[in-house]
Amino acid sequence: MLKTRLLELRQGVLSKNDQIAERLRERFHSEGVLALNFVSAPGSGKTMLLERVLERLLRDGHRVAVLAGDLETDNDAQRLARTGALVHQIQTHGACHLEAEWVQQHIAEARWDLSDIEFLFIENVGNLVCPSSYDLGEDLRVVLISVTEGEDKPLKYPVLFNSADVAVITKIDLVEAVECDLELMKRNIRAVRPDMRIFETSAKRDIGIQPFVDFLIEERKQRFTFC
Amino acid sequence: MHELSIAQSLVDAVAEAATQAGAQRVAAVHLRLGALAGVEKEALLFCYDVATRGTPLEGSALIIEDVPLVITCEACGARSAIPINRGFACPACGKLHTRIVQGKELEIASIEVEVETPEEVADVEDTPA
Repeated sequence: MLKTRLLELRQGVLSKNDQIAERLRERFHSEGVLALNFVSAPGSGKTMLLERVLERLLRDGHRVAVLAGDLETDNDAQRLARTGALVHQIQTHGACHLEAEWVQQHIAEARWDLSDIEFLFIENVGNLVCPSSYDLGEDLRVVLISVTEGEDKPLKYPVLFNSADVAVITKIDLVEAVECDLELMKRNIRAVRPDMRIFETSAKRDIGIQPFVDFLIEERKQRFTFC
Repeated sequence: MHELSIAQSLVDAVAEAATQAGAQRVAAVHLRLGALAGVEKEALLFCYDVATRGTPLEGSALIIEDVPLVITCEACGARSAIPINRGFACPACGKLHTRIVQGKELEIASIEVEVETPEEVADVEDTPA
């Protein structure tokens, strides 16, 4: 005879993703990899910022890999590969975010030796909503916002901005053209994440890239002093 | 929209727990959903119906408890429930030294399952032929 029973679970809906992410994080840490999850709206300039960052890191002899998430094309992966970095494409076929399991699969597929990688950049799918729920095992979540997107974007997408550790304002060469109030944008970022570290950059004009690169190097140094 | 992915993860987690408990069917799922979880309630309810088809959860009710966003202020000590779209400054003192204490939940609180109870089986066996 069937009887109804109440089972207490108190379990996160994404606990499976979180477990895989935690295992990835442990692996990255044991191999000395600083993992970064880049999130932003489509067109904020993730790929171009990454190009400039990769070029500088490679020039200084650092070992760098990129997992490039893209809905349908491998355009971004091709652009990034031209810098000379290790690049592997994650084509999501319409999925609007990356999940930890895919990161795990694609690292295996790429056959990378993690002990030979210092910085792993994960370029998430351009989307300001869905990626926020998924931990990918990263050390830092980096959110990009371009000056063309409007100062109030952080208030409109508080979930993602709150979940990020670092904000990079992009396309600052266009501040005057689009009449962006940069101070207001920064206030709005800090309104949803009070201690957020903010960088101001223009990948096209090569402005503000080096301070961001220095920050990444320093973050890695602090975590892996043994390397 | 990632609610379909969320619904699929939810169905997988519940089906696994139900199977472990020896349940035949799931009657209801109680979910705690924080205002800052980044999940749209109506979209999730719609996707739940789709994701449960052909599983032990088919036809079950998804009962969502809304968990408001609550912050505490480290400057003045106030504890406040706030809307998610106006920044996280303390409504009492205006300072930004706040900490989120709840509102990010995306948690399966409990499930109601239908199980074959051993007592009932024993009763049937004890009945004289």
